[in-house]
Amino acid sequence: MRDVAVIGVGMTKFGELWDKSFRQLIAEAGAKAIFDSGIEGKEIDAIYVGSMSSGRFVGQEHVGALVADASGFSNTHIPSTRIESACASGGLAIRQGYLSIASGMNDIVVVGGMEKMNDVVGASATETLATAADQEWEAFFGATFPGLYAMIATKHMHDYGTTKKHLAQIAVKNHANGSLNPYAQYQREVTLEQVVNASIVAYPLGLLDCSPVTDGAASVVLCAADKAKEYIDKPAKIVGSGQASDSLALHARREICTLDSTVNASKMAYKKANLTPKDIDFAEVHDCFTIAEICAIEDLGFVKKGEGGKAIDNNITTLNGLLPINTSGGLKAKGHPVGATGVAQIVEVTLQLRGEAEKRQVKDAKIGLAHNVGGSGASCTVHILEAM
Amino acid sequence: MGCEGVARFWREIPQRYNFIGNKCGSCKRIFFPPRESCPYCRRKSMGNMKEIKLNGKGEIVTYTIIHVSSEDFEDQVPYPIAIVKLDEGPQITAQIVDCNIDDVKIGMKVESTFRKIRQDGSTGAIYYGYKFKKVNKQ
Ligand SMILES: [Zn+2]
Repeated sequence: MRDVAVIGVGMTKFGELWDKSFRQLIAEAGAKAIFDSGIEGKEIDAIYVGSMSSGRFVGQEHVGALVADASGFSNTHIPSTRIESACASGGLAIRQGYLSIASGMNDIVVVGGMEKMNDVVGASATETLATAADQEWEAFFGATFPGLYAMIATKHMHDYGTTKKHLAQIAVKNHANGSLNPYAQYQREVTLEQVVNASIVAYPLGLLDCSPVTDGAASVVLCAADKAKEYIDKPAKIVGSGQASDSLALHARREICTLDSTVNASKMAYKKANLTPKDIDFAEVHDCFTIAEICAIEDLGFVKKGEGGKAIDNNITTLNGLLPINTSGGLKAKGHPVGATGVAQIVEVTLQLRGEAEKRQVKDAKIGLAHNVGGSGASCTVHILEAM
Repeated sequence: MGCEGVARFWREIPQRYNFIGNKCGSCKRIFFPPRESCPYCRRKSMGNMKEIKLNGKGEIVTYTIIHVSSEDFEDQVPYPIAIVKLDEGPQITAQIVDCNIDDVKIGMKVESTFRKIRQDGSTGAIYYGYKFKKVNKQ
């Protein structure tokens, strides 16, 4: 297996982008990543693109070919493949691009991810997101997607003494980080009181515990690591990659508060990288809901099971803490265009490793981790990147 | 979800109406909904899975109160949803009914009750299935 590096990154602003279409978004992100990488374009061997539900959000499938066309690559006839794994579609696209280079099949690939969620009305977006859950055995009975994470939160509070204030502090932290990110949907801070007093979506989760509905796209250029410095001075090497699955329905899991897909994907990535959780300097984790960040830092091995809530009390995960989490603002404040999220996480980790994260730069950022989850934990990818 | 054919609902009726699961003849584990084969015994369980009726009793593992629902359930909010661990082992997701929302607790003993789940519009198909209610101590 060959080593793989990120040599270019690009993304659109995340938010309610009424003036931009699905294909404009991905073309913009792709063009930015290609420009950033210094490649001409003709070197690209393949495209991989993550999209959860373009069929329901914009009535368009056949997204692989569409992305090649919109980005100006239909005349080179390179293979373009769409990847779907609900909210982990982007992370899986990264992994497919990575594997195609590691295997020796390709030298340079472009990976993209996008979702245009605001072209449908709010209730319809909620229903589409719920298709990531088990339609026959969860959604049929009235469970919503926030409802599933709410049930994880109820259990975490019951078993470990996690409080609504712990959850709220995650939102406060991620909004503070988002306020420093010009690409974030919400570039404003929120107070603890605002989060705690927000209207309830699914007890114990309120409106500000939930990531928003977002339009956006992100893209990276991947290259065989031994050729990376021909194109860019500061590539970021993907030293570990892992992917895992679990039951579609939350109720069928071994343990409600542990995402075994995260545990297994991270074990795979740590092993490949020959690293342990202690070696990680900062991480982008999948905080689709505030409780998800708590479970993530536990399941990734950063803190013991049950102590994810207290980590925020001790300021471990803030921008200046020992282990900054979601410097980009996370899904919570940066926004969560589902198919784009896993790719945007790699964009943020790469910018941090290059020292180009501006006001939100982590000091001495050498090794970063990206964690992307599908559904309530039925799929997960973990990538570990290191400055070269 | 209103555009689905009714067959999708109809084919799950035996499970949703009567709590029919199945049992692996090799390791004796019980599954609900029934499985084609046992994920623990795999080959050994093929042709060795037996239908079994569950008693519909169990205990709340965790729960939430849904305040913002999908369109299909808007007329029911706020309503409690729980993960219930059935006496025979499997866990399922279902609504908790016939009680004060504040009374729903982790560990609460519950039993199934056959109810209307939702309706497609005012004249559309009515979907039935299980919900759970608190077991009254005798
Ligand atoms: Zn068995």
